[in-house]
Amino acid sequence: MSALEYNGGSVIAMVGKDCVAIASDLRLGTQALGISSNFQRVFPMTDRLYVGLPGLGTDVTTLYERFRYRVNMYTIKEEREINPETFAHMVSSTLYQHRFGPYFIEPVVAGLSKSPTGALKPFIAAMDLIGCINFAKDFVVAGTASSKLYGVAEGLWEPDLEPEDLFETISQTLLNAVDRDAFSGWGAVVHVITKDRVISRTLKARMD
Amino acid sequence: METSFALTGKGYVIVAADTTAARSIVKMKDDQDKIKELGSHLLMAYSGEPGPSNAYIIMPTQPTDPLLSFYSGDTIQFAEYVERNIRLYQIRHLYPLRPSAAASWIRRSLAVSLRSRNAFTVNLLIGGYDLADHKPTLYWIDYLGTVVEVPFAAHGYGSYFALSLLDRYHNPDATLEEGLATLKRCINEVSKRLVVSPDRYKVKVVDKDGVREVEL
Repeated sequence: MSALEYNGGSVIAMVGKDCVAIASDLRLGTQALGISSNFQRVFPMTDRLYVGLPGLGTDVTTLYERFRYRVNMYTIKEEREINPETFAHMVSSTLYQHRFGPYFIEPVVAGLSKSPTGALKPFIAAMDLIGCINFAKDFVVAGTASSKLYGVAEGLWEPDLEPEDLFETISQTLLNAVDRDAFSGWGAVVHVITKDRVISRTLKARMD
Repeated sequence: METSFALTGKGYVIVAADTTAARSIVKMKDDQDKIKELGSHLLMAYSGEPGPSNAYIIMPTQPTDPLLSFYSGDTIQFAEYVERNIRLYQIRHLYPLRPSAAASWIRRSLAVSLRSRNAFTVNLLIGGYDLADHKPTLYWIDYLGTVVEVPFAAHGYGSYFALSLLDRYHNPDATLEEGLATLKRCINEVSKRLVVSPDRYKVKVVDKDGVREVEL
């Protein structure tokens, strides 16, 4: 079995109207044996930028600590917050630096990026484990339930969803996709990033 | 086969580990203490993957007990490394690492080791009582460096039986007596269903008064 699938877990991100959402399940297992139903794999990087790190559990923690450190250093040196695009390229190059001994993580980045005029634009991106970026305009998926997530998201997503509708869409997509995957599920968490606040909710999910 | 359990309750963490030291199919010892006391309020149960390890290739320091050298070496090697470093921190800073900080440091040691030529194959359960926020905490750590805070945990073949029992019977507000009764259920189930079940366990408890050993 691949190291990417050893601990299970999935992440999805979606674009809405002036908002983005990122959601993940909460399971951590060793293959089919469930260990925890409260393993966070989506982390805030700034007030308007989140990163999801599905893949090998040890690398989730290692990469989160690494990105937290580098974002903090960036914020201190530049005296401003990092842009989602810049952060995505930082994640990508970090992964490619380990091209021949990779971190077993397929990151998902979601945030609102500030244009030179000050307007906020939704941004999402996904990567493979060596840092090849997929800039999508609609939604991105990753993790052991990614094939199922694609199917449900393709059916449910529509353009220009308001924050509450986007929340409903991403929640239903995640919940229904992970129910068809034995390695994902056991609870879920959703973050909807809007221009003035982030709405974070823990979902009640099937626990089987 | 090696098995360890741990569970939290109202103001305490119980950590239990079997006491057999085996090499292949041979039992070398049946009173091995595999739970280290890392500090006044911190316990660490350690167990290694069965089978040959890199221990007999690289053994920087020989354990004092000659029988120990037959026990899968790198688990003890790693446990002593952790024990000394946690102690060093306490000597240098005059206060001990909190359980969460200790778990992070230990995790990092394993994560770094994982991508080295000779990785440690050690699985750990870290049980501690945090004197700052007065909460019992338990961390499940595997040899890859995966760490997660859990209400109850197990390692080894026993985990396949114990975790489902703990799902049913674990109560975060249970008294120590109730917690020990739940632990007994786990041990009995493993003895009943596991072919290569261990017959003796060492049980230690950590609460606001510190660590102590209890008899089942």
